[in-house]
Amino acid sequence: MADVLVVAELADGQIRKTTLSAITMAKAAAAVLGGGFDILVIGGPGAKAAAAGATAFGAGKVLVAEDAGLTDYVAERYAPTVADVGKGYGLICATASSYGKDLIPRVAGRLEAAFAGDCAGVSDAGGKIAYKRPMFAGNAFGTCTLNTAIQTATARQSEFEPAAESGGASPISDVTATAPSGAAERVEFVSLEQVKSERPELGEASTVVSGGRALKEEFFKVLEPLVDVLGSALGASRAACDAGYAPGDYQVGQTGKIVAPDLYFAIGISGAIQHVAGMKSSKTIVAINKDPDAPIFQIADYGLVADLFQAVPELVEALKAKKAAG
Amino acid sequence: MKILVALKRVADPDNANKVKVSPEKIDTTGLEWKINPFDEYALEAALRLTEDGKKPKKREGEVVVMTLGPKEVETTLRSALATGADRAIRIDCTDDELDGRLVANALKTVIAEEKPDYVIFGKQAVDGDNNGVGQMVAELLDWPMATFAATIQEEDGSLLVSREVDGGMCTLRVKTPAVVTVDLRIVAPESVYSKLTDKAHKYSDGVRFAALPAIMKAKKKPIDVKALADTAGGVTIGSNYANFEAPAARAAGVKVEDVAALVDKLANEAKAI
Repeated sequence: MADVLVVAELADGQIRKTTLSAITMAKAAAAVLGGGFDILVIGGPGAKAAAAGATAFGAGKVLVAEDAGLTDYVAERYAPTVADVGKGYGLICATASSYGKDLIPRVAGRLEAAFAGDCAGVSDAGGKIAYKRPMFAGNAFGTCTLNTAIQTATARQSEFEPAAESGGASPISDVTATAPSGAAERVEFVSLEQVKSERPELGEASTVVSGGRALKEEFFKVLEPLVDVLGSALGASRAACDAGYAPGDYQVGQTGKIVAPDLYFAIGISGAIQHVAGMKSSKTIVAINKDPDAPIFQIADYGLVADLFQAVPELVEALKAKKAAG
Repeated sequence: MKILVALKRVADPDNANKVKVSPEKIDTTGLEWKINPFDEYALEAALRLTEDGKKPKKREGEVVVMTLGPKEVETTLRSALATGADRAIRIDCTDDELDGRLVANALKTVIAEEKPDYVIFGKQAVDGDNNGVGQMVAELLDWPMATFAATIQEEDGSLLVSREVDGGMCTLRVKTPAVVTVDLRIVAPESVYSKLTDKAHKYSDGVRFAALPAIMKAKKKPIDVKALADTAGGVTIGSNYANFEAPAARAAGVKVEDVAALVDKLANEAKAI
């Protein structure tokens, strides 16, 4: 019997919603191991206050490592503490956000633990955790077991429902941050520039509008009205990001954000394999493209062959009219 | 400056939907081997860091590429050598004896011997999609790392790296020796500057291609071969894969006539708006 440790992610002094997917993974993994799960909240001053937001999910305890040296996240300063706290657990997991992807394999290296990244599910393989992982841009799934005593994994956010609060109050206890090793002395945090947006985050939105290279410099001009009327998140194909029409972190795809909203609009996106890998689990997919043979139409529930520069404004007007009519 | 670049060959990612999935394996027969795209970007970044952008034929320092695999992966190494790398290291093994943790341990041994200033990885290989080896290597060596790099600027004894993170960019300064893993925008025209390259210089977009004379010359560049057992430090494969499966296919959709028909379908059929 072993327990599972969830490494929470903090943003603006609160537990980031991404963490809730890792909690769901931890519950499933703990059921396999016949144990429970704890949550580690790690960060600078304020971490302890944030930990209050993690006590209602059924964790055995919420551990807090609050230390001034952990104020700005860098993996070299976080990994030693996560590894020391995680030593007694069967699995250490986080969500595969840019934070989890950066930190967890580093923790794995420290503990000589095997690592399963970006998992889509966990199940029971004769008392061992079986990790189901998307591979080859989502064109295959492989299920693996790991044979190290401590295991590490990240959860694909779109594949694990965010855990709901189940009531109760997990006790909070402090843990001491581990002094970092030599690597930490050779890394300096310079800045974190984040674009504050009123729109929902890509990984969490129920509707996503993504645009491709066809939008050119009019990417925002054309898509923003649609995003506003839908209240959706805004994404982009890799080609649009590559070309500089959209920022890099807008990228939806195998190597960008993986999304699975209720409704996904692919606007001027051809449907390259690596883009499809990031959105094909969406419930309803709409494609607007002027090329009737674009591969995106093969996976779209509703395809509209049209010039997007005409069709999108028309769609905005139609949605506005529908809204006004109630 | 000396830079090591880790490369992996992958089945043609542009045709990843043609892999044949059976419960026992993912069969890539018929797909061409390519350098993992992110590793190509890592190599391009290493080349940019070891040159004056105006004189790309003159290497200021050394770029060494390394990989793990059977003899035939030397084709992949040769193409990297033709692009500008100076020499190569191959750790001999079959593809199926490997997992991320074992690869990280074997590379750590080579890196400790080679003592480069920096090691550059692609952020992930697009076959396994695990995204972990670079981070593990950095920890095994107790080196700092900057993952998902979009830009790199060389300074005296350090690199200033801007990283793609959720919601924006995070900038770190890592002192040598350090590990960098690169994201896709690292090959944009103004992404990487060595100390020698004028800040006004703009590279052409993407990775460079090998010229024919360079391809001929690459045949003579050295490839060192090492045994997996000598580099793995006793670590054995730690992940066992079984039960491969293809994703569920999506039901075929319909084409709609116009915007009005689309809105009608979304409202009344999909009930999505």
